[in-house]
Amino acid sequence: MPIADWFKARDERRYTSIGGGSAQTDVPEGVWSKCDACKRTIYEGELVAANRVCPHCGHHFPLTAMQRIDLMADEGTFVEFDAGLTSVDPLQFCAVKPYADSLDAAQDKTGLNEAIITGRATIGGHDVVIAAMDFRFIGASMGSAVGEKVTRTLEAARAEKRAAVIVTASGGARMQEGILSLMQMAKTSSAVARLGSAGLPYISVLTDPTMGGVTASFAVLADVVFAEPAARIGFAGPLIIEQTIRQKLPRGFQSAESMLQHGMLDGVVPRDELASRVSLVLDYLALASQSGDAS
Amino acid sequence: MSRKYVMEFERPLIELEEQLVALRRIDLSDNPDLMIEVSALASEIDRLRIETYGHLTPWERVQVARHPDRPKVQDYLAAIFSDVIELHGDRLYGDDAAIVAALATLDGRRMVVLGHRKGSNTKENIKRNFGSPHPEGFRKAMRAMRLADKFGLPIVSFMDTKGAHPGIDAEERGQAWAIAESLALLSELHVPIVTVGIGEGGSGGALAIGMGDRLIMLENSYYSVISPEACASILYKDSARAADVAEPLKMTAGDLLDLGVSDETIPEPLGGAHQDPEAVFSAVSERISSAVGSLVVIDDDELVERRYKRHRAIGVFEEGA
Repeated sequence: MPIADWFKARDERRYTSIGGGSAQTDVPEGVWSKCDACKRTIYEGELVAANRVCPHCGHHFPLTAMQRIDLMADEGTFVEFDAGLTSVDPLQFCAVKPYADSLDAAQDKTGLNEAIITGRATIGGHDVVIAAMDFRFIGASMGSAVGEKVTRTLEAARAEKRAAVIVTASGGARMQEGILSLMQMAKTSSAVARLGSAGLPYISVLTDPTMGGVTASFAVLADVVFAEPAARIGFAGPLIIEQTIRQKLPRGFQSAESMLQHGMLDGVVPRDELASRVSLVLDYLALASQSGDAS
Repeated sequence: MSRKYVMEFERPLIELEEQLVALRRIDLSDNPDLMIEVSALASEIDRLRIETYGHLTPWERVQVARHPDRPKVQDYLAAIFSDVIELHGDRLYGDDAAIVAALATLDGRRMVVLGHRKGSNTKENIKRNFGSPHPEGFRKAMRAMRLADKFGLPIVSFMDTKGAHPGIDAEERGQAWAIAESLALLSELHVPIVTVGIGEGGSGGALAIGMGDRLIMLENSYYSVISPEACASILYKDSARAADVAEPLKMTAGDLLDLGVSDETIPEPLGGAHQDPEAVFSAVSERISSAVGSLVVIDDDELVERRYKRHRAIGVFEEGA
């Protein structure tokens, strides 16, 4: 097999459902990756074994949405829903290149229909709905389809009395869908509020990067908000801020650690502890919501 | 003569108008040829005025929306509301001058008024951060929202901002958190919420006080997921190409109505609201009264349910096989 083939999307996912526990852990022989942080070279097998965390410096490599779900959900429990829900090009948006082309390219590149995967699973035995965003898909920006899938996830949690767990990574709203994207912030935030009124727990995990309209809506409205180490989290992007204030931003500004220090997060949790930490929180909150329901 | 603010696209018209004013200062009684020329110039100006203002492009509308003389929330408060009591502070950090929250009366109906507050001049604009709120501004608005909910007062919100302030302090105090919490709160208020887009509707900072039961847009106001400058700097690596993205972003009042995001458009005088503010005040007052009147009769829970469905329905996508 030519080397280039290893990096191609393995299967055509368009309009098909993804089964649970389908992450690819088979590693091609002799593939090495370079750590963005410490610049050291790491054997791919070693990286996979460490959930793509650099064994030398602890740098967290990005994960795909499916890798995220495999990391969080109990093995073999994930069943996807709304797999065929896709974006259209409602504004016929064209600047530099047509949005429709960007969508096609993103689908070809990732094998995904959209920038988020949603479904049912268990985490530590707790029934949950789970969603994970995939930054490779147009920066996991939120357009109509992402907003709809997030909303359906939260509505399913409410209807089925499950906890909701959402792992975010996003550049923000998808500008190619204009005002319709902005309105997804209103839509998803309303759905979070409804889930909260029903007394059901919602936990979010913010990963690198979580910015703009996604941060400023469903991502930070969770009952408990965790983040991965060094994840960049914020509203305005660093370039926009630098242009506005006309000075360089301090090092580590908008990092998860800085946001924790400013009181915006409940914890910065290393990747290999995420599933157990979320599960432990659910032991408290999911139990409380069930006993509240019974009374 | 004091220099008045001129938008780029109206410059040819303004120059002709200035020529006409200058010519009319000259005594032309013994120069019939020049008199004919002046009258020709006057009719040329009338024609050009309609040509210039009659069919504004989206980018031209953005410039009208940003015109410094355009009526702002403080002008509406003074012109159409009575017994205004401004509320201050978020009880957490400070009092953001870029957001106004007030108790006010319109046509005998008591309500809570919210708005992005730009300054009326440069000095005031610096104090008010050009109407771009920090988190404490949204948190002040949230205080007023809870107050409205507690005492059953309808909310009228005037949207006019380039966007939430992008800065270190704003990020550190949780700009995203403040906006998100405001959206969640607005979704559950048991009182009518009417929003009027009076100028700029810049992204999340606009939505944070603009989400509600009715959206009324002035003809030349805009509402967008991203400013045309920021969009151009991302797509073209050049913010000067803002004019090229104002159209595809579909951000004008007409676009919003077509997309089902807004409910109605209030026409503006030729050239923009600043050409005849009194006419705009009276139209806005009438449309707010009508919208609030139609909402107060709806049962509280039904109102919340309808608001949920209103936002739930926005978005265009495809269900695959």
